[in-house]
Amino acid sequence: MVKVTIDGVEIEVEEGTTILNAARQAGGDIVPPAMCYYTGLEGSGGKCRSCLVEVAAGSERDPRPMPKLMASCRTEVQHGMVVKNKTSERVIDAREGVTEFLLINHPLDCPICDQAGECDLQDLSFKHGVEWSRFEEEKRTFAPRDIGDKIKLHMNRCIMCYRCVFVAQQLTNKRVHGVLNRGDRSEISTYIEQALDSDFIGNVIDVCPVGALTDKTFRFKSRVWFLKPMNAHRDCPTCQGIATVWMFGNEIYRVTGRKDKYSEIERHNGKTAWICDTCRFETKDVAKWVIEGPRIINRYSVISTNHYTNENPLDAKKDPKKLQ
Amino acid sequence: MGRKLLLEHINVPGIETFDVYRKHGGYSAVEKALKTMSPEDVVEEVKKSGLRGRGGAGFPTGLKWSFIAKPEGVERHLLCNADESEPGTFKDRYLMQYIPHLLIEGMIVSSYALGANLSYIYIRGEYMFVLDILEKAIAEAYEKGFLGKNILGSGYDLDLRVTPGAGAYICGEETALIESLEGKRGNPRIKPPFPAVKGLWGRPTVVNNVESIATVVPIINMGADEYGKIGTEQSHGTKLISACGNLERPGVYEIELGMTVEEFIYGDDWCRGIKNGKKLKALIPGGSSVPILPHYLITKTAKGEVRNMSYESLSDGGFATGSMLGSGGFIAFDEDQCIVRNTWNFARFYAHESCGQCSPCREGTGWMDKVLHRLEHGKGTLRDIDMLEKVNKRIEGNTICPLGDAAAWPVAAAIRHFREEFEWHVSNPEEAQKHNFGLSREVTFS
Amino acid sequence: MRVERKIVHKERPVLSEEAKVEIQKVIQNYPEGKKKSAILRTLFIVQREAGGWLSPDTMDMVAEILEIEPIEVYEVATFYTMFNLDPVGQYVLEFCHTGPCMLVGSDQIIKYTEEKLGIKMGETTPDGMFTLKEAECLGACGYGPMLQCGKYYHEHLTPEKVDELIEACRRGEVKTN
Ligand SMILES: Cc1cc2nc3c(=O)[nH]c(=O)nc-3n(C[C@H](O)[C@H](O)[C@H](O)COP(=O)(O)O)c2cc1C
Ligand code: SF4
Ligand code: FES
Ligand code: FES
Repeated sequence: MVKVTIDGVEIEVEEGTTILNAARQAGGDIVPPAMCYYTGLEGSGGKCRSCLVEVAAGSERDPRPMPKLMASCRTEVQHGMVVKNKTSERVIDAREGVTEFLLINHPLDCPICDQAGECDLQDLSFKHGVEWSRFEEEKRTFAPRDIGDKIKLHMNRCIMCYRCVFVAQQLTNKRVHGVLNRGDRSEISTYIEQALDSDFIGNVIDVCPVGALTDKTFRFKSRVWFLKPMNAHRDCPTCQGIATVWMFGNEIYRVTGRKDKYSEIERHNGKTAWICDTCRFETKDVAKWVIEGPRIINRYSVISTNHYTNENPLDAKKDPKKLQ
Repeated sequence: MGRKLLLEHINVPGIETFDVYRKHGGYSAVEKALKTMSPEDVVEEVKKSGLRGRGGAGFPTGLKWSFIAKPEGVERHLLCNADESEPGTFKDRYLMQYIPHLLIEGMIVSSYALGANLSYIYIRGEYMFVLDILEKAIAEAYEKGFLGKNILGSGYDLDLRVTPGAGAYICGEETALIESLEGKRGNPRIKPPFPAVKGLWGRPTVVNNVESIATVVPIINMGADEYGKIGTEQSHGTKLISACGNLERPGVYEIELGMTVEEFIYGDDWCRGIKNGKKLKALIPGGSSVPILPHYLITKTAKGEVRNMSYESLSDGGFATGSMLGSGGFIAFDEDQCIVRNTWNFARFYAHESCGQCSPCREGTGWMDKVLHRLEHGKGTLRDIDMLEKVNKRIEGNTICPLGDAAAWPVAAAIRHFREEFEWHVSNPEEAQKHNFGLSREVTFS
Repeated sequence: MRVERKIVHKERPVLSEEAKVEIQKVIQNYPEGKKKSAILRTLFIVQREAGGWLSPDTMDMVAEILEIEPIEVYEVATFYTMFNLDPVGQYVLEFCHTGPCMLVGSDQIIKYTEEKLGIKMGETTPDGMFTLKEAECLGACGYGPMLQCGKYYHEHLTPEKVDELIEACRRGEVKTN
């Protein structure tokens, strides 16, 4: 076990734990936001830079500070390390910067976005954004695409976390989508018209931190907060069958994995409880599920805090005409 | 003219062939190293020479070599970085095109020092014609027993291959180079682990610049002590400088580190001054990524000392009034050049070359490109200039790889030294389209 | 800024025996089981055989040769600028337009060539002879303005030199490979 101090909170964690996970073990508001890291996906993280922290002392043996801010999701703790997250001005400034960068080309379409209410970017901008945008250029846009009959891709909203690529690589046996082009022209795509179709590919929807990949079988164009999330399970030959079903009255409108407060699929029986596509897309009959009871959404989110105002936190607030 | 260690025989007809190269003392470093030195001896010698990486960062080569992990039964690799894409830099091509055996000789000695049995030269795809030259030279070296099994009866085996890129500046970053060599997109890796522990195909790997590797040859031939006598206290040996821009005689020069900047620009043996007798307006001494210097900080430092061509003197004054030796891409601007246009040009370059993995670089470089494009085309505001400074501070240091810094520094430096010219573009948009601002006003430092 | 790519389809080329041998030799450059490393060079060979550009079918062929998924080839081919994903002319003239070349007049040379051929950068002449492209620093900054045509560099460009080069291309006298 190694000892690490994050924003003055001292914790002991196992060797090899990342700063982010150490902070999550301690809990509370010392946890850095993570837009690209995903525990269940090997190799993820390091890209969005929203989790940057200041390492004020590297370790007990070598207490020198690290000159650059470090990605907490990819930096392992050392014994005696001292980390500053919310107590570091550099971190707060950098995070505000990252938030701004992620938003400059992001559309202002929260009011019509399926993810609104459970969007990590929306949460990030509430917590770490500024109220106005300095970006006066034309936004980068892509045409929305169907990738198969079950999944819709709104590339405009994508933040390039690469999580969906890892899902295809690690949970399915054939990857047909990936990252094309480079720089700010990068996009998630299949290149040629192709359907994403594989037993577990639906998980790209669950891992997407924004509304770039959404469920086309979500029948009712409803806002998620009109739906009641219920814990449910079923006997499934393909996956663990542990899911959240989103209901309106007595009907199931959509099925997702069970996400914890960091928007990650929970672990059950020692494994990440990814659900299969049959459970997600084709099992909307209540009779096929054992409903356990209401699910408490305890992640910090606009759903749980009732913050959502039908507006984008940035320009829209300043100038509602800008809503496209 | 100073001593030439790398380019001494560059003008000998036929030096690109094995026989002529050998006749002029070629491959003696391989003989010396493999027959009389242990790999550790070679590493020690390079350490002692004080050689600093010639690819841009200037990290001590011997020290880098000593970091390589040596787990039992795992192969190690040496990769030569011949990606050379930093605007203003064309020295590696010159060396490889005209004296390819020097690089091959350096690769043999260096691979021996690292215990690598399979090494690669990763060359940018646009240099395909140089790749042909290298492969021809490598075939000769195989034929003469300097590559392959049991080189010179020493028991040491080495296979050397050339592998091309295909148009991506970012593949010069060492972990992007490794990814590219593995047949993937050139996305830099998140470090740690460093290549010295987990590099190509997960094996311990060292990446070095063409010139760094070539320089190992004279170091072994003459000995580290002799080599260390050349240059200044902190900058040992010679360095290839690729001079370009508005110079009377641009080209690749080998200089002894420590010669004055003034001599290099104006000397008869060197660049012979600014083309058409014009005045020097600005200088980028080490490739597009390093800070630009205004005319009054080129030959003298802010303290009024003579500036010379060395790591320490070019960086004297830090980023406030200094720059860096970098890759040796020496770009001179005459009085007719527009700094705003050039800054936009570089910003566009970095936006084009960003791999797009991390958000500050992907979004930030594209943003700076757009704002600078507006400024250059007479549609900027004074607020834009301040904003550029802020945006670029939020990129710098917060990215996965140094491309973010490389994109931020030139913009920061241009605004730092040429703010008046940027403001003039804002206040005189029409005039700015027609003519040039001219030299910037001198600032005095106390 | 709309990011769009219209995908042009064309059947895969029939590789010449020479190209097949070449590809096998390239694969030998990497250890057993590291075939994927040969992708860039294989794409160059195949692009040459396929008339200078890569259609999805052509890339699928590369995936088969290297035993990888097609998407892995698309990802790579779209990352590197030297692969053309749209049809190109017989001669692709790639002009460096980066800082150092701009200092010595690349803008003017580009404009001159565009006017001469009546097309803009990124376009192909109606006769299918020339495609103009902009390139970033090609490592010839001291010898600018410059362009690359096929494998080779043409440096110290002037309007006269551009004229000569274009004429020589028309006569089929310019070596590209
Ligand atoms: C964006 C970027 C581009 C680079 N391009 C090159 C290059 O073209 N050639 C090179 O030798 N080093 C380049 N480098 C530096 C390499 O990462 C690495 O430091 C160098 O190859 C090490 O060799 P050296 O120690 O011999 O200089 C680049 C670095 C970055 C961040
Ligand atoms: S800094 Fe730029 S080039 Fe480097 S990893 Fe990030 S996006 Fe890629
Ligand atoms: S969550 Fe750590 S960089 Fe994205
Ligand atoms: S800038 Fe044109 S070749 Fe370098």
